[in-house]
Amino acid sequence: MASDALITLDHVAKTFVVRVRAGRLRRTKRVVHAVDDISFAITQGSMIGYIGPNGAGKSTTVKMLIGILTPSAGSVRVAGLDPSRARTDVARHIGVVFGQRTQLWWDLPLRDSFDLLRHVYGVAVDRHAENLTRYIDILDLGAFLDTPVRQLSLGQRMRGELAAALLHDPEILFLDEPTIGLDLVSKEAVRTFLRELNDERGITVLLTTHDLVDVERLCDRLLIIDHGHVIEDGSVNDIKARYGGERTLVVDLEEPSAPLDIDGAEVVQVDGPRQWLRFRRDGLTAAQLLAAVSSRAAVRDIAIEETAIEDVVRRIYDGADPRQ
Amino acid sequence: MNSLAVYRRLVGARVRSDLQYRTSFFMFLAGQVLVGGADFLAIVVIFGRVDSLSGWSAFDVAFLYGLSGVGFGLGDLLVSQVETASDHIKAGTFDAFLVRPLGSLWQLAGMEFAPRRLGRAVQPFVVLAIALTRLDIDWTVPHVVLLPVSLLSGFAIYSAIWVLTSSVSFWTVETQELANSFTYGGNTLTSYPVDVFGGVLQRIVIFVVPVAFVAYFPAVELLDKPMPFGLPRFVAWLGPVVAAILVLAARGIWRLALRHYRSTGS
Repeated sequence: MASDALITLDHVAKTFVVRVRAGRLRRTKRVVHAVDDISFAITQGSMIGYIGPNGAGKSTTVKMLIGILTPSAGSVRVAGLDPSRARTDVARHIGVVFGQRTQLWWDLPLRDSFDLLRHVYGVAVDRHAENLTRYIDILDLGAFLDTPVRQLSLGQRMRGELAAALLHDPEILFLDEPTIGLDLVSKEAVRTFLRELNDERGITVLLTTHDLVDVERLCDRLLIIDHGHVIEDGSVNDIKARYGGERTLVVDLEEPSAPLDIDGAEVVQVDGPRQWLRFRRDGLTAAQLLAAVSSRAAVRDIAIEETAIEDVVRRIYDGADPRQ
Repeated sequence: MNSLAVYRRLVGARVRSDLQYRTSFFMFLAGQVLVGGADFLAIVVIFGRVDSLSGWSAFDVAFLYGLSGVGFGLGDLLVSQVETASDHIKAGTFDAFLVRPLGSLWQLAGMEFAPRRLGRAVQPFVVLAIALTRLDIDWTVPHVVLLPVSLLSGFAIYSAIWVLTSSVSFWTVETQELANSFTYGGNTLTSYPVDVFGGVLQRIVIFVVPVAFVAYFPAVELLDKPMPFGLPRFVAWLGPVVAAILVLAARGIWRLALRHYRSTGS
């Protein structure tokens, strides 16, 4: 494991004992392994997508990194500290945004939340003012700074939450479903902001999401977990290549023709002069396939369809084997 | 004491929030004054019928009531809101207290501060002040020290009990009633001389909810009454000791509770 890692998990597990009613008075204990032997390291400046189906153990992992939950086994290090023992120290190094729960003071103007957080985190006045000006500008908060948080739209509130989580200059930002429920414009604004934040300030970002557009647009690394285990770890392109090894060449021929018979490609659909040929990335190159098609029929137009990350992830959740 | 300064800011924010709903704020405040007054009225009514209770005059009892009530009122105003931990755990909002670089008790006590409780906290001060003007207490130096020490110990003991009972909500969620029976129940019991109660209740007041140490025993000493059960007179001075033990216990149990915190799904 890299020694310069900002976050490390070493054989971390978290089990919960759940009491289940069995009969009128008897209750039996059942042990739930929410996280079961997870190890990974995250270096400074990376942007990680932490994804998995509901109940896979995403939130449990993140809560152990933040110090909210104490691991049942293994060790967790965040910025060199053990979050469950030094929670309030770790809190100074991290910013946290829960998509569905506010961290702001509901009945007070947004500006007041920022001021209160300055005191909670003990940020120096000039540093705070500098950061605040900067985030008001980038996140365009000026118009609603004096509006009580309860009256903000979800998009406005989320921008406020992001600023609130960043005012103390954290090295790591944890985002739990940051774009959930947002309209397209607000989603895009949040993504652009996060991208810039990572590029310009080198802040490390770990986000859990079900929105794979977030992942595709933002993350340089993907950790996929299921049933408490990490089942995939790699860049978005690597994982696509491994699981979505197949691409589709769509050709428009001059004349309708019988399905083309080419080695290494399979016609999956024919619609008049248009044919869809599925081929494996590691078998043929697109150029070879195109040459083979051209030698058999006159081609008017072509397009290549890549596998979408959504399809890849669906296949992974379904338990697909990468070699198939 | 940086935490204390932040706590004051959080209380200020809460007062400003509550004042957004001005009418309900002042109605609650008035309600609390009435509740506190009715409480004391019960004692006044009793003394309308009997001159003394186990050798305690009306002003003796008022003094005892004030001594217990001030500590209780301060705890009620400044600390009792930690019992909202249970609501936050149920609603899944407790997590937010654990991501900030400030103790969760400071945050709970500050952010859930209920200014309307001021109405209940002021009244025992008034009763105590009136009793002090009417009683003939021998103000030796130890007695002058004993009064504020007992008041602060009372505040500490009630606060510790609130934290202890709130800790239980990390294991089982329905605990409000348990907490109330210790705190409100304890305050009601110590508003009367311990010897008017039967044996079991006496032991509860002294040992289970050790509030006798901050009101009854100091009152016995200050008013120069005989110590009950043949106890030595120095028990009047044990308030701070009992308070320190309870505060340490509360601190330890709260930390243990946080380690057992399970958060909610999602």
